[in-house]
Amino acid sequence: MTTSVDRLLALGDDALVTAQRLGHWCTRSPEMEEDVALANIALDQLGVARLLLSYAGEVEGAGRDEDALAYLRTDREYRNALLVELPDRDFAVMIAKLLFVSAYQRLLYRRLATGADERLAGIAAKAVKESAYHEDHATLWTLRLGDGTDESHRRMQAAVDEVWPYTHELFEEEPDLRAEWLSTVEGVLTRATLVRPADSWAPTGGRDGRHTEQLSYLLAEMQVLHRAHPGARW
Amino acid sequence: MSETKKEWPLWEVFVRPRRGLAHSHVGSLHAPDAELALRNARDLYTRRQEGVSIWVVPAAAVVASSPDEKDSFFDPAADKVYRHPTFYQVPEGAAHL
Repeated sequence: MTTSVDRLLALGDDALVTAQRLGHWCTRSPEMEEDVALANIALDQLGVARLLLSYAGEVEGAGRDEDALAYLRTDREYRNALLVELPDRDFAVMIAKLLFVSAYQRLLYRRLATGADERLAGIAAKAVKESAYHEDHATLWTLRLGDGTDESHRRMQAAVDEVWPYTHELFEEEPDLRAEWLSTVEGVLTRATLVRPADSWAPTGGRDGRHTEQLSYLLAEMQVLHRAHPGARW
Repeated sequence: MSETKKEWPLWEVFVRPRRGLAHSHVGSLHAPDAELALRNARDLYTRRQEGVSIWVVPAAAVVASSPDEKDSFFDPAADKVYRHPTFYQVPEGAAHL
């Protein structure tokens, strides 16, 4: 059984946009060790994105490879959830986004790993171990910032409040995953002495290509080289 | 801001390359606490499957010999040839010595 192109693009674009956002932290982390950790996570996400986009291109059958899909689609053709494209205003926002998306990816990949699409199951089985590590990294930082100084607590809470509304969109396809996601995430927030925000506003549209303006800027930076020099190689 | 910035403490990292071998010192890193030191060590020193086990030790807990004491510490060994097993006849046919 094969999965639909749109579905594969949604999964692949989540990973690709996450990787691009995390790549921004190279040389900007508080310490060199954190730089390496975030770059590792970004490369994990990029690796999964490449497998998913290559597969999407094959299923589509229009001759588009991973590069064509990554570098030559416009924002309206991207299928990522809005959460991953939000700008990392500070370290706490980046960590909150990583916590929420990696916990979601871990649960989703775990399910897909035993799914009917064997190719996708193989990709997911590899990715699920990486997601667990990403979630662990984000969890450790959430605990330290939430249960740290007054200032780190204030900023971590502000970050959680800011991105929480965007987590609803993650569960449009698999609403039943949200209960387990909530129990994981709420546990971390409680241990970090943070307040779990109330559910109200739930922005959506990413899976249909209706994005925030932030994605256009991200894509402009990511795609400019390929568009200026199509097919360029190192 | 840079005046008030406190450096994270330094940790020494030991990695055991595989079962049966001892942990060897591979380098050091900065981390705010032991748990993150272990995570950072995993990222910095074992990303190409270099190890099966990691130890991290606060660098402040390491007691080191001083370079000034090099002579009294290590030189006396040099002229004590009897400490080296060089006075034995190797029996005919003993392999792997």
